[in-house]
Amino acid sequence: MDLFEYQARDLFAKHGVPVLAGEVIDTPEGARAATERLGGKSVVKAQVKVGGRGKAGGVKLAATPDEAVARATDILGMDIKGHTVHKVMIAETAPEIIEEYYVSYLLDRTNRTFLAMASVAGGMDIEEVAATTPEKLAKVPVDANEGVSIEKAREIVAQAKFPAEVAEKVAEVMVTLWSTFVAEDALLVEVNPLAKVASGDVLALDGKVSLDENAEFRQPEHEALEDKAAANPLEAAAKAKGLNYVKLDGEVGIIGNGAGLVMSTLDVVAYAGENHGGVKPANFLDIGGGASAEVMANGLEIILGDPDVKSVFVNVFGGITACDEVANGIVQALELLKSKGENVTKPLVVRLDGNNAELGRKILSDANHPLVQRVDTMDGAADKAAELAAAK
Amino acid sequence: MAIFLTKDSKVIVQGMTGATGMKHTKLMLGDGTNIVGGVNPRKAGTEVDFDGNAVPVFGSVKEAMEKTGANVSVLFVPPAFAKAAVVEAIDAEIPLAVVITEGIAVHDSAAFWAYAKAKGNKTRIIGPNCPGLITPGQSNAGIIPGDITKPGRIGLVSKSGTLTYQMMYELRDIGFSSAVGIGGDPVIGTTHIDALEAFQADPDTDLIVMIGEIGGDAEERAADYIKANVTKPVVGYVAGFTAPEGKTMGHAGAIVSGSSGTAQAKKEALEAAGVKVGKTPSETALLARELLGG
Repeated sequence: MDLFEYQARDLFAKHGVPVLAGEVIDTPEGARAATERLGGKSVVKAQVKVGGRGKAGGVKLAATPDEAVARATDILGMDIKGHTVHKVMIAETAPEIIEEYYVSYLLDRTNRTFLAMASVAGGMDIEEVAATTPEKLAKVPVDANEGVSIEKAREIVAQAKFPAEVAEKVAEVMVTLWSTFVAEDALLVEVNPLAKVASGDVLALDGKVSLDENAEFRQPEHEALEDKAAANPLEAAAKAKGLNYVKLDGEVGIIGNGAGLVMSTLDVVAYAGENHGGVKPANFLDIGGGASAEVMANGLEIILGDPDVKSVFVNVFGGITACDEVANGIVQALELLKSKGENVTKPLVVRLDGNNAELGRKILSDANHPLVQRVDTMDGAADKAAELAAAK
Repeated sequence: MAIFLTKDSKVIVQGMTGATGMKHTKLMLGDGTNIVGGVNPRKAGTEVDFDGNAVPVFGSVKEAMEKTGANVSVLFVPPAFAKAAVVEAIDAEIPLAVVITEGIAVHDSAAFWAYAKAKGNKTRIIGPNCPGLITPGQSNAGIIPGDITKPGRIGLVSKSGTLTYQMMYELRDIGFSSAVGIGGDPVIGTTHIDALEAFQADPDTDLIVMIGEIGGDAEERAADYIKANVTKPVVGYVAGFTAPEGKTMGHAGAIVSGSSGTAQAKKEALEAAGVKVGKTPSETALLARELLGG
């Protein structure tokens, strides 16, 4: 889960990374009070989860509370690379900036370790720094169990060749930033820029944090950081039911078990769609291993509730999941939707193989539902589902 | 022969007494796995009956190894306790730990991997978030259904559980030496390369099927490895061609970020290494069939 800048700022502050004062507001009038609390001037910063907002006009100085209201009025509702601005951060104005640096921690998947990255060439896109002047970006592996002591932090800072007068201050930031990374179960903590200001202090002026959703069991406060307003309503409904669902932009609804098989199903449907007017998968939905009839019913309800869906492909290979459970789930879901007064008209193509496949197929045959068709190979079923979606 | 797991493997189950552990211990026993014990400190000294098969419960992995000679542990421990359980297995120096658990936090898996490394990698870790591995006709350590296929001469390594089952099913008439599900998390113990190396060395494997998916660069590195080290034919499949950038597709590690981790890049890397890559699971099975001479 990627956080907004203001949320990252709050987490940095909580763990002792030096930041400027700031608060988030969602109405222009809120900018006035917030700016007054900051002594009468502020920076108004659009909160969007995308880079380049400064260039897009999403960051403006305000010399008075009135001006802050005017800038907030301009920025709220603005579209930045497809992201609508719903919130702005009213931040303390930065003291004069002398230099801009970059520091981060992240997971290095290739080497299966954490990595510290640091550069004196901050303030710009770090991928560009890495590509054009890789010698300016220090990458130092960090052992998950040893962590970052002040000595380790000094090693990172030395490798990145920070100027002597800020080295110790940057090292201290590396220690507190590591605390943020570990304590919050983050996958990424990044400060860009880390600014050296006229007083000689260093300050985190902007940052990114991405949190590990698998750690929610020990991070109860993270749920509140979720941007529920931005979530697709179908994705939100699926999440509330504990389903692993991603909305896509096609017409064929997909339900399967196991992430790999569902990804593969999306591909096979897209290939089949090339022969049927270019129809594409409408979603990713993994009902998981050992899925019960109830889970199947919940999944089908979400997919049938998607107005973009014209046909549905249920692709199950029963490993732990028993195909008779899946078949019962389909039958029950259709009955449930009918009892709710919903008029289901979308055809379902079902392919069942593996554990109890014969039993599952028999349940579907016996139910003889007019909307349900059985096709017993994955490629054949994908083709049928694409054909039905294209015909609608 | 086979890789990592044979009929002589003595298997213990960490988390055997939980619901998932009970269910799969029963299934593994049914597939002929030599399960010599379970581990649960609160139930040490008791026995669990599986259809007349009494499996003793030990207080620790170390004790179970001392009393039974166990050399494989399968872990069904919930995410919150998984790190401690894996660390216990590493401390006991059990040769193989198969971590089935899904949903382990990255800081935990990174920590137990770093710990295993610091201890000299005496324990091979498979997973987490994987279906385990099976050597058909001999032993099953995990949740792969034992009745899909028979012993044979294909070796399979896969990031995905259900695609493993699908591929075993497509090639069920030919059969498999071993099938290893390595898991779809960002940090995993055994990689494609580790399994390729073992299959290359295994005299009972004639052909290797490798299944990958979007995210990370494991497939690209496996391609480099194949080019330099693997002389047996390899057939590949990569899932996730149509996955959009920035969306996690079910597995915590399955995400395309920018230009990295795409299925197309993985396919191209594999093909450049001489691997035949199928567009769909069924086409991949067909390629394997052709290479084995129909």
